[in-house]
Order: sequence, then C-alpha cells, then structure tokens
Amino acid sequence: MAAKAAARAAGARLLAAFRAAGAQEVEADILQPAEALLDLYGEDIRARAYVTSDPLRGELMLRPDFTVPVVQAHMANGADPARYCYLGEVFRAQEHRSSRAPEYFQAGYEVFDRADPEAADAEVFALFSRLLAPLNLTAAIGDIGLLMDAVRGLDTLPARRAALLRHIWRPARFQALLARYAAPPAPTASRAALLAGTPPRAHWVGLRSAADMAARLAALRADAAAPPIAAAEVAGLARLFAVRAPAPQALADLTALSTEIPAIAPAVARLARRLAALAARGVNLDRVTYQASHGLGTMEYYDGFVFSFTAAAPGLPPVASGGRYDALTAVLGAGRSIPAVGGVIRPGLVAELEGAA
Amino acid sequence: MSLKLGVPSKGRLMDDTFAWFAARGVALRRNGNAREYAGAVDGADGVELVLLSAGEIPRELAAGRIHLGVTGSDLVREKLADWPTQVVELAPMGFGHANLIIAVPAAWADVETLDDLDAVAAAFRAQHGFRLRIATKYHRLVREFLRDQGVADYQLVDSQGATEGTVKNLTAEAVADITSSGETLRANHLKILDGALIHQSQATLFAARAADWGNGRAARLAALAAQLGLAAPEL
Repeated sequence: MAAKAAARAAGARLLAAFRAAGAQEVEADILQPAEALLDLYGEDIRARAYVTSDPLRGELMLRPDFTVPVVQAHMANGADPARYCYLGEVFRAQEHRSSRAPEYFQAGYEVFDRADPEAADAEVFALFSRLLAPLNLTAAIGDIGLLMDAVRGLDTLPARRAALLRHIWRPARFQALLARYAAPPAPTASRAALLAGTPPRAHWVGLRSAADMAARLAALRADAAAPPIAAAEVAGLARLFAVRAPAPQALADLTALSTEIPAIAPAVARLARRLAALAARGVNLDRVTYQASHGLGTMEYYDGFVFSFTAAAPGLPPVASGGRYDALTAVLGAGRSIPAVGGVIRPGLVAELEGAA
Repeated sequence: MSLKLGVPSKGRLMDDTFAWFAARGVALRRNGNAREYAGAVDGADGVELVLLSAGEIPRELAAGRIHLGVTGSDLVREKLADWPTQVVELAPMGFGHANLIIAVPAAWADVETLDDLDAVAAAFRAQHGFRLRIATKYHRLVREFLRDQGVADYQLVDSQGATEGTVKNLTAEAVADITSSGETLRANHLKILDGALIHQSQATLFAARAADWGNGRAARLAALAAQLGLAAPEL
C-alpha cells in the first residue's frame, strides 16, 4: 500500500510538470470496448489485457494503455494543435509467473501538432529527460519510420514491400520473409502444379470466395515470376538494422548509408533536425544511444521516432517509453489524421528508484 | 494420510485409465452403482479414487485439491498458465491420442502452410473488413502458437463443440481443434495445414505441486511411483 501511495505521489508530481509544460489533463475510462483494441493490436492483446464483459456492451478490456482512448477523444473533438497529460492505472495480465505488476500507474504526455514534428519529438523527449535526470537512466532512441522508408525503397514487387511492412514489428517473421524474397526456395511439387495450371475442383465451403483465391493465385504467380531482392539491398538493410551508437555517431553512419539506400535520405534529414532540436533543448546527445531496431517487437503502432529511458538494475521494465504514432491517428480518426507523439512514465518505478537512491 | 487420485469419470478415457493402472498391479474400480461417482483402489495403500470430469482435472490439480490426476496433456497446457510450475508430468499413458491442428477448407488450394495462412489472413481482412476467424476452444495454445509463428490479422472465435461445422456455417474461416483420424475434418471439407501441429496430446498422469505432500504423503507417492515403474518426481 505504501508503494502505491508513493507511486501516486510521484505521478502527481509528474502530472503537475506536464501541466506546467502546457498540457491539458484528460481522463480515460478504465473499461474500454475490446473491439477497437483487438483490431489495433490483434489477438495477442487478449493475452496481455484483462478481458471482461457485460451483457449489454459485450466484451470490454481494462485499459491496457491510455494512448488509444486519448487519440479517440482527440480525433472526435480535439483542438488542433493540442497537448494532453494524464495519470492513472493501466492493467496488464501476466501469462507467465513473474514479478511484473499486473496494474501500475502511467503518467503520460501526448502532443498532437502538425507544425513541426521534429520539434514535437524533441519537446517530449527533452521534457522526459529533464524530469528523469536525477535517476541517471540510460536513454535510447530509434526511428521506425526510417526503417519503413528503407523497406518502401526496396526494388521489388509492391506486394513484397507491403508484406514486409506488415511484419516490421515482428522481427523474426520480417527476417524470414526477407530471406525468402532474397532467395526464394524451390516451390513444392503441389505449389508448382497449382501455379502452372488451374486449381482442382473441390467442394467450396466458407466465406473466403473462389475470387479471393484467384486473386491470391495471381499474386503468387507474380511473385514466382519476380526476381529475388538483390543481395546488396538485403545487406544494406542488415547494416541499417544493426546501427547502434551514440546519436551523433549514428547520424554519421546513417548519412553514409543513405548514399547506398537513397530511400532513407529524407528520414535521415529529419533525424538530423530532431537531434539539433534535442541539442537546442539541452540534451547531451553523446549520452543518448541511437538503436535502429529500437521499438520493434513491442506495441505495434509506433511509426516514427521512438525512445525509452531504462534503469541500470536488470529485469526492470523501462521507466519511460514513447514515440510517434501518426498512422494510429489515421486508423482511429475515421479518415482524418494528425501527426502525434507522446510517451509515458511509470511513477511507481520513479518512486522505487528515488527510494533506493 | 492418503493421496487423492483424480480420474476421468466416464467413457473410454476412464476405462483405459483403469486398464493402465491394472496392468501395473493397481486395481481402480467404481463402487457398485455405475452412476455413483465414487470408487476404490486395491493394490496400493493410501490412495483414494476421485472421479471427475476430465476437463476439471487440470483445475483441481492446480488448486492442489487432488494429488494426482489423469487428463489429456492438451487440457493441462490449455487451462494452466505456465503449467510446468503447477504440475509435474509423471507418465504419458499411451492412449487418448489426439493432435491439436489448424485446418482450412480443402478447396483452398493456395493454402498449404502457416505462411500461406498468414498471407491469406492479410488479404481476407483487406477484402472483407474483419480479421480471419479461427474457431477453437483451445484459445491459449492456439494464440501462443500463432504468435510464435508470427501469424497476424486473425481472430479466435469460441467454439465448444461441432467446431468443424463453423466454416460451412460461415461463423469461421478456419478451425483449430483436436483430431485423431481426420475423418470429421474430411467430412466437413477441411484439410490440415502443414506445419500447424500445435500439440500432440495423450492421456497423462500428473502430480500437483500445490497439493499437501506432508504427513507421509510424499513417501506414499514414492511407493506408488515405484509400483507403477516410474521415477519419483521432484515436487
């Protein structure tokens, strides 16, 4: 109980700082309709969120994060631009025995502003960096948008690029797909026969139609006829994903890589502007690690700048994390979208680390 | 103090369990009235027979209300999170074999593997506006399997029975269910995907970590294990 009170007090301090930075405090319901979260995160969210139901509203989830309800509220009736902050508990079911907390506070700060995205990125990171400075955390940044641009620039079928982009948040699947497109395995005998001829007549059941299958067969034939992704392009992607260095060095590395992968040049220019904005706000970039693969394998909505602040003690989740989620606002915005960036701090961990110091 | 042994209360699974123990010198039998869910054990000291629904045995083991239990390995994996921390597998028993698999319409000539299923799920969602539905009662096992395999854009819909019929009834596009011979799948115009064998299940004797093993019960378990020709488990 004492820990929870300390977490709430630390959260209240963070919230006050967010308000002082110009954010409007918002609330979100604890019970969220399950459907929007399932459509966004896929079936995996069922394993990570508490699912409940009532007879009238159907399936509900105890909010696993604030981002989705905050974005929904903003897209429905928000001012433009807008800055929001919030403090409250989130709930994460644990599938395996661990010391991870099933409920904990999040204090969050979200910026919806189309004027200057890199400045907004820097604003959020610098604010978090200043608030967390006494804790001596390790800061890491990345840019998922840069990786997506590299994939969009591959000289191959649009269908292959789309398949790779779809799995960019699932690194193992992404690498398996890339390997297959780079060196297509020989088709099985049945697959070769299917592509050469017509599908055998069979009793059709289910909603997926013969036309759906015909469309896929056309895509499979186009894929079989397309040349593999060039080895040089695959090697370039591997070098890009492996970039990990203090931010100024990483910028130099990425600038060099952009002569080989021209598609990333605009994102590298944005990174340069973002780093300059961070430096102007007093962030010591030599102490910020740029890790190209940062933010992959987590929640799949970040599509640009990503960041985290982590304590040295092993086994702890990040004290703070966040990033840019422009595409999410389009998904939840019913046709409208707005560039958005934000992040959350876990006040419980802040209080714990302050207590240990 | 005695050990409680939970055994399925009816059908083939109960008969095969009784036969398995009998072959090892332990006679399990129901009390005279075939409708009464009570039984007796001859040939092993201090073992008490508890007849239960096979589906409830994992829960009773997890709670430690029974010390030993016979049930399908699929049910333990489905119903108990982190099952090895809750129960110990004493012996696979060699019957009740069934495979948990994913099946799709046999007419889907373009779908043979999980890679195909993943690609079709993406196209299906784009075309039909919702995630491809897989009917199952094995939610945990199927979800963990598909996550490990990196399959996206699907949803699990609950089906507690007659699962193979859901595709024809347009309430699912695919199914994940147990099968032994595959006859029911074929009769419903479905085929098993390559590489989608999620679990090979069989009847298994489990011991409960949460049960009370004091008052000489651990020694009784060691004696019973020796009689059954099994190594005494680390609980």
